[in-house]
Amino acid sequence: MDAHQHFSALLEYLQAQVVGEEGFTLAYGAEVSSFIRFNQGQVRQVGDVQQVYVTLSLYQGQRHAESKLALSGVLDEDLPRLQQIVQRLRGVLPTLSDDPYLRVNREAWCSELAGEAVRLDSAAMAQQIVAAAAGLDLVGFLAVGPQYQGFASSWGAFGWYAASSFNFEFSLFHGNGQAVKSGYAGELWDAQAFARKLERARQQLEFLGRPAKLLQPGAYRAYLAPAALEELVSLCCWGFGAQALASGGSPLQRLFNGKAELSPLVTMDERIEGGLAPAFTSEGPRQPLRLIGQGRPGERLVSSRSAAEYGLIANGSGSGEYPMSLQMHGGELDEQHVLQQLGTGLYIGNLWYGNFSDLPAARLTGMTRFATFWVEDGQIQAPVNTMRFDDSLFDFLGPQLEALTREPELLLPSGTYGARQTGSMALPGALLSRFTLTL
Amino acid sequence: MFALSDTLKRRFAGLKSTADFWSLRHVQESRESYWVRRRVAQAPSFVDDAGAMLTVRIAGVEAYAATSDLSQAGLQAALERAEQMARALVGHNLLDLASLSYPTEQNDDVMPGYEQPLAGAAHWFELLMAESALIPQDARLVDSHVGLTFTCHEQIYLNSAGACLRRAQRYVFPQVGVTASDEHDSQSRSFGGTHLARQGGAEVLQQLGVIGSAERIADEALQLLLAPNTPNGSRDLLLMPDQMILQIHESIGHPLELDRILGDERNFAGTSFIRQEDFGQYPYGSPLLNVTFDPGVPGELASYRHDDDGTPAQREYLIRDGILQRPLGGALSQWRSGLPGVANSRACSWNRPPIDRMANLNLEPGDKTQAELIGGIERGILMSNNRSWSIDDARNKFQFGCEWGQLIENGELKGVVKNPNYRGISSRFWRNLRAVGDVSTFEVMGTPYCGKGEPNQVIRVGHASPACVFADIDVFGGAA
Repeated sequence: MDAHQHFSALLEYLQAQVVGEEGFTLAYGAEVSSFIRFNQGQVRQVGDVQQVYVTLSLYQGQRHAESKLALSGVLDEDLPRLQQIVQRLRGVLPTLSDDPYLRVNREAWCSELAGEAVRLDSAAMAQQIVAAAAGLDLVGFLAVGPQYQGFASSWGAFGWYAASSFNFEFSLFHGNGQAVKSGYAGELWDAQAFARKLERARQQLEFLGRPAKLLQPGAYRAYLAPAALEELVSLCCWGFGAQALASGGSPLQRLFNGKAELSPLVTMDERIEGGLAPAFTSEGPRQPLRLIGQGRPGERLVSSRSAAEYGLIANGSGSGEYPMSLQMHGGELDEQHVLQQLGTGLYIGNLWYGNFSDLPAARLTGMTRFATFWVEDGQIQAPVNTMRFDDSLFDFLGPQLEALTREPELLLPSGTYGARQTGSMALPGALLSRFTLTL
Repeated sequence: MFALSDTLKRRFAGLKSTADFWSLRHVQESRESYWVRRRVAQAPSFVDDAGAMLTVRIAGVEAYAATSDLSQAGLQAALERAEQMARALVGHNLLDLASLSYPTEQNDDVMPGYEQPLAGAAHWFELLMAESALIPQDARLVDSHVGLTFTCHEQIYLNSAGACLRRAQRYVFPQVGVTASDEHDSQSRSFGGTHLARQGGAEVLQQLGVIGSAERIADEALQLLLAPNTPNGSRDLLLMPDQMILQIHESIGHPLELDRILGDERNFAGTSFIRQEDFGQYPYGSPLLNVTFDPGVPGELASYRHDDDGTPAQREYLIRDGILQRPLGGALSQWRSGLPGVANSRACSWNRPPIDRMANLNLEPGDKTQAELIGGIERGILMSNNRSWSIDDARNKFQFGCEWGQLIENGELKGVVKNPNYRGISSRFWRNLRAVGDVSTFEVMGTPYCGKGEPNQVIRVGHASPACVFADIDVFGGAA
């Protein structure tokens, strides 16, 4: 199946279907993915998924309804199904009331980005991984293959995104249950580059063999590696949305209403260039936005719906109103000096299972996991047993933020709920003068 | 119902394979969602999803290929992709599945309410708008939603040994929620969060008591906004069923999933503090703790007769009188571990493979009325309806937050407190179980959002529980 051709043909068909004051938008998402799980350094589960979904929204004046449909990729089968959906939506619309906040973008625009169609051999990658993992307790997940996203409207909008990639996320486990996590992702598999990644993880694994440090709950100096910071920033990401801010659902509401500030070191952007997400949403082309500037609130993410509801100006955000390619600016801390600057405290490689313990106060809780070490005088002393933190973003990225590393690290999405994710985040590491552990 | 059944059987019979064993699992799911937010009807949303997973076993290696192309050629192509993958990985596989048995049964499982006709969009919007109108006009009530989702699910499993298992289910998910906010704080109250969900038809709305609840929900949101913070310290904790189900889910369900214990999930969802040798002897909780895997509770979200690998499902005790009995592991995990398990190998859809999931996991009722539970507490707190959950990768150290808290002093309910949180360690917490509510406190709930697996899967799980009292728990409020 040629996805671009398939999408274009569906679009052409729909253009011929609409009548009178009807309009439509069509979102397209397809992937051909190999999924391979590893446990104990060998293949545990293997498969292949080919899927195509479209979401058709039909509009008549101020009324609209949407339908998501799995397609086969075979046009002769898909067109009749699409027609059935049009008929169904057409039947529902007259029974609905007008939507006062409907402001569908009726502008014509075009955005196309298609990477080279690289053929990736997932079985060969898996064989290399098994060979390289000999003697290691490697657990991991490899996702490989092309992804396609499209968006078009009856008013002339057309967006297309195609990329072929792989993402291998893996953990190496020590016999004592401690683990180090790493990953290798990209467009072209390089066996030597993977071997280097694996070797770095193997080196960290050696530290995990030392007797674990038992920490008591309390406040500690800490360094959050970019992957750890990602867990915290991700939790607050949707707080930039106009609806969340207006409806009491944003953890950043005190920042945006002037009741709280972050450290002047904190600047965050929603970017287009350098991110991995499509340059468009269902609202049209995305815009670069300064979300936080030197600790102070910047722009919020505003969909056309929120713009209508709250009297704002839409800025290309999708209906979910969350950043798709967030970048946090780096600081002055050289990554090679992190342990030295930390001195004595916690090096936290990853955090996980974050959630809010008090949302309006941006107070977050979660767990350490993977490669978290106790450091003394700039030297790693011991791994740390799993600990729970509970602290406010306004503290640890406020007065407690001492420094950020110079170069933000690009963190690729490994999520596969429903489909492989395409958003990304670029974050530095953060040195904190105190971070509160509770259990 | 099962409209594609004959076609699929014919196409399955026409598949050509040299594999030792092959199967087809077809899933067709349709969903309709209606939502009213701040008294404005949102665009209705419909989903029609269908596809099939072909699985083969060759020289002990199992591989799957999933496709939404259900033509003969599409199914054959998927089967061949699976075969190719299996052959390529012979010698690199962790498990040699050559001796793993497979089902041969033929059975139809049509759950109650499936065939009941449902009204159209206009009817549901009228109902939701009327409910929404019960929410008072108050500037502090900044957000509200009332929603309904109906999901119809059909599955057909066929294999080369002659099995044919068909299942049809309908799920109903109602939601009511209100947020109250002022310059400094915001507090939300909902009717069961996302936990009020059952199989069945429109009667589920009456069973759950959703209709007419919005005014009370709004009032409680305002009460929370005005309430003092939950005090910090050690107290007896009375958990209502809408929080108990989260407690059961996170600190019993996930730790007992056998694929975690076998290490499959260590890279993502995590492992478990339970080891294989603990079954049959580990004191999981106080003698009052009885937990079952029960696929037969009418209306509960994960009631079914066979799991997605075709294993017949039956009620089993996982924990009896406080002692750990058996894990939540399907046929494959049982074969790997040699432990007895349950029929809980499940997939969220056609494009994800079955893995161990907790399905219906219930805490059995005890002998105390709610009045007796409260009356037995000298200094405690009642918490209701989960709003925050976090637990470590071994499912041991947890911290949960609830929407609603009420202090208990000298056997009586006192004032409302906001931001009620508590934390503990699973392996100790359940041993502090001091009293278990009777059937009058027992509620059947569940969640459509249990995440696990690589590739990731969100699946529906059922939970039922009475109210329960735990002694000496670390509780605390918010930062505000």
